[in-house]
Amino acid sequence: METSLKRPVLLASVVIALIALPLVADATGYTALTSLATRVLIYGIAAASLNFVLGYGGMVSFGHAAFFGIGGYVVGILYQHYTLGEPLLGFIPGTNQMLITLPAAIVISGLMAALIGALSLRTGGVQFIMITLAFAQMLFFLFVSLKTYGGDDGLIIRRANELPGLNMRDKQTVYYVCLAVAVLFFFMLWRLVNSRFGNVIVGLRQSERRIAAIGLPAYRYKLMAFVISGMGCGLAGALMANFLRFASPDMLHWTKSGELMVMVILGGVGTLFGPLIGAAVFIVLETLLASWTENWQLGLGLILLFVVLYTQGGVQALGARLFGRRA
Amino acid sequence: MSQPILNVRGLVKRFGGLLATDHVDITVNPGEIHALIGPNGAGKTTLISQLMGELKPNEGTVEIDGRSVDGLPTAKRVGLGLARTFQITCLLPDYTVRDNVAIAVQIRQGHSFRFWSAVRREKALAEEATHFLATVGLEGRADDLVANLSHGEQKQLELAVALATKPRLLLLDEPMAGLGHVESQQMIEILRELKSQVAMLLVEHDMEAVFALADRVSVLVYGRVIATGSVDEIRDNPEVRTAYLGEGDELC
Repeated sequence: METSLKRPVLLASVVIALIALPLVADATGYTALTSLATRVLIYGIAAASLNFVLGYGGMVSFGHAAFFGIGGYVVGILYQHYTLGEPLLGFIPGTNQMLITLPAAIVISGLMAALIGALSLRTGGVQFIMITLAFAQMLFFLFVSLKTYGGDDGLIIRRANELPGLNMRDKQTVYYVCLAVAVLFFFMLWRLVNSRFGNVIVGLRQSERRIAAIGLPAYRYKLMAFVISGMGCGLAGALMANFLRFASPDMLHWTKSGELMVMVILGGVGTLFGPLIGAAVFIVLETLLASWTENWQLGLGLILLFVVLYTQGGVQALGARLFGRRA
Repeated sequence: MSQPILNVRGLVKRFGGLLATDHVDITVNPGEIHALIGPNGAGKTTLISQLMGELKPNEGTVEIDGRSVDGLPTAKRVGLGLARTFQITCLLPDYTVRDNVAIAVQIRQGHSFRFWSAVRREKALAEEATHFLATVGLEGRADDLVANLSHGEQKQLELAVALATKPRLLLLDEPMAGLGHVESQQMIEILRELKSQVAMLLVEHDMEAVFALADRVSVLVYGRVIATGSVDEIRDNPEVRTAYLGEGDELC
C-alpha cells in the first residue's frame, strides 16, 4: 500500500516543481533554465513516443526523427503560407494558430507513420531497423532539396504560433504550453499502455508467436502502435518548431533518431517516465559537457556505456534501486 | 459417424530435398483423442505448424468442420476453433500467470482496439482467466510471474492458455515432454477430464499417456503415416514395432 501511495505523491511533486521552475529560474537569475526545461519536455514527448514502439512493442525504429521533423515542417510550412498569403497547393490556407497547427502536425505525421509503417512492418529485426532508417533519410534528403521551403537552411518561423488569450512571444508562456501538452500526453500514454491495446502490444514484444497462436493478427496492431508513436513524435516536432521558431532538415537527420534512442536507453526502456528522465539527463549532460569541451559526445558516450552496462534498465531503474522502490 | 472436426488430405511439406510431410491423411472426430506418435524427426511438430498455418504446406488441404482453411492465416484458424500448445513452452515471460490467460480471453473476445480503460481492472477478464487456471490446477499461482514457474507448471499453463481460446480442436505438441512421473499423471488426468469438451490431436512420446488417453493412434515415420488404428491394433502392428516401438519384447 505504501508504494501505491508513493508514486502519485512523487508525480504530483514533480509536476509542482515543473510549474514552479520558471519562477525559480527568474528569481535565481538562471533564466536559461526555462529554455532548457522546455527542450527536455519536448524531447521527453518524442522519446516517450519512440519508447512506445521500441520499449513496449519491441519494434526498434531507427527512423523516428522523420515524424519529429514532419511535425516541425507542418508548423513551418503552414506559417510560411500564412505570411505569404498564398494557399498551400492552391487551396489549403496557411495558419499561425496553434490549435490548428498542432492537430495538423499530429495527423500528417500519423499518415506518414502509416505509410512507412505499412511497408517497414512487413520485415522484422535488423531489416526493420534499416528500412525505417532508410525512409527517414529519404525524407531528410527530400526536405534538403525542397528549395521552396528553405532547403538546407530550413524554415524560419518569425513568430511562434498563437494561442487565443496567451502571449506566445513570452518564453515562459511557451514553457507552460509545453508543460500542459506534456502532462496531457503522458496521461494519455499511461492510459494507453495499460489498456487492452497496450496489453497486446506488450505481449507481442514478449512473443509474437504466442500471440499469433491465441488468434491475434499482429500486423494491424503493430501498425496502429507505430502510427500512434509517429503522431506523438509529430506533436513533439511541432512544439519544437514553435519553441525554436525554426524547422530544418536537421530535425529529420538520422542522428536525431539516434539521440531519441539514446534518451530512451538512458532513461529506461519500456517504462512510462524513463524517456522523459532520459531526455532530461541527455540535455543537461549535453549542456554541461558542451560548456567544458567541444568533444562533449565523448563524455556522453562514456556515460551511456556506464548506464547500459551497470544500471540494468537506465536511470529510472537506478533511481528505483537507490530509493528502495522495486519497479 | 458425424463429420470430422479436422480432415487433412494429402498434405506435403518439403524443406529443400527433405520431405518433412509425405502425403499425410489424418482425421480427428468430435470428442476424440487422436494420438500421433513417431520417432524424433518424424515431422510431428512440422505437421502441427502446418495445421495452425504457421508453415505453408506444398500440397494438400486442411479442412476444419468440412471447410477448407488453406491459405488462412493463423489468427483466422484460431477463430475457427483451432488451438495449439508448444513443445518448447512459448509463454509471455514478463506477465503473470493470470495475465497470460487473460490476454487469450481478451483476444478471443476480439476487443483489442481499446485504448483507454485499464485492462487489469477488468474483473470479468480476470475471473474467466482464473476459471481456466482452475481447470489445469494452477489457480494458486495466478499472481506469479511465468519466469518463476517450474517446467511442469509452464506446461499446464500452455494448456490453460490454449483452452482460453475456447477451441474445438486442441493440437497438443508433447504436453508431457520433460515432466516427472507425478506431473505426467496429473496432465493425463487433466486431459481425460477435458476430453468431453474438446477434441484433441495429441503428439506425444510418452507411451503410457498415449495408451491411457487415445481413442485412435497414428504412427508417423519420416513424414509418412504408416499406420492408423486403435491402441491395441497399433500395439500389435508388426510394421510399427519395427519402425518405432523397437523390436524388443518390452512395451511400456
